[in-house]
Amino acid sequence: MSSRRSRSRQSSGSRITDDQIIDLVSKLQQLIPELRGRRSDKVSASKVLQETCNYIRNLHRQVDGLSDRLSQLLASTDTDSDQAAIIRSLLME
Amino acid sequence: MNKYNPPRMNPSSLRSRFATRFLRSLSKINAKKPTASSSSPTEIFRRYRRIKVAADKSMAYSVRSRRTWSRAMLWKLRTRPCCRRSVKTSTIVRKTRHEKQNKNTTTTTGEDGVVFGVEADELRELVPGGEAMDLYNLLDETAHYIKCLTTQVQVMKKIADFYSP
Repeated sequence: MSSRRSRSRQSSGSRITDDQIIDLVSKLQQLIPELRGRRSDKVSASKVLQETCNYIRNLHRQVDGLSDRLSQLLASTDTDSDQAAIIRSLLME
Repeated sequence: MNKYNPPRMNPSSLRSRFATRFLRSLSKINAKKPTASSSSPTEIFRRYRRIKVAADKSMAYSVRSRRTWSRAMLWKLRTRPCCRRSVKTSTIVRKTRHEKQNKNTTTTTGEDGVVFGVEADELRELVPGGEAMDLYNLLDETAHYIKCLTTQVQVMKKIADFYSP
C-alpha cells in the first residue's frame, strides 16, 4: 500500500516535512504546564516528549486518585437526584 | 470538539458529553450496591475499578471513532477478559494487524534526521494505540489525548468536590 519511505496516510504522496513535526512538537509544548511559557527554540524536542510522558502519567495518576475518592464518596450517597444540579454547575464554567 | 469553550453551557462540547455519560455510569454503579457490605474494602475496590473503567469508557465514547486513540481504547475496553459476550473480534483483530504492518522502526527519525528514539517509544506505550502510529500521527493523537485527559480530570474533580462533605 504505502511505499517504504512514505510516512503519512493523510497527504497523498507528499512526505511529512520536518517543519510539520516541529509544529506538532510546539503545539504539544503549549499543552504542558511546565513548558508552556518557554520559547520553543529553547526547549529541545526530546525534552518536550519526555515532559509529555511525565504529564500523561501524572494525569493517569490523578484519574486513579479521583476514581478512588469517588468510590469512597459514593458509598454513602444517592446520585440520581443530584445529577441535574451537578451537570448544570459543571457546565456553567 | 470545541477548543474554545464559550462561557455559556454548550451541550455538544466534549466536556458536557463526557460529564453526562460519566454521571449516568456513576448512577448505575451506585445502584448496584449490595446492601450488607457497601462499605467493605472489597466492595470499595470493586467500585473503584468500575468507576475507573466508566471514566475511560465515557471519554472514549464521547470521542467515538474520530481518533485513533479512542478507537484503540474502545477496542481494549470491549475485549477486556470480563466482557466475554458481544464483539466480532475477527474484524477488529484483522484491522489491528494491518495497522501494525505500517509501524516504522524503533528509532523514530524525522525527514531530516530529528531523532526521538526512546522518548517516542515511551509515548507510544502511554497513548492508546500508539504502537501502530508513525511519528506524525503519534504527536497529533497525543495532543488530543492530553486535552481529553485534562477534561476528564476536571470533570471528575468537580464531581468529587460536589460529593465531598
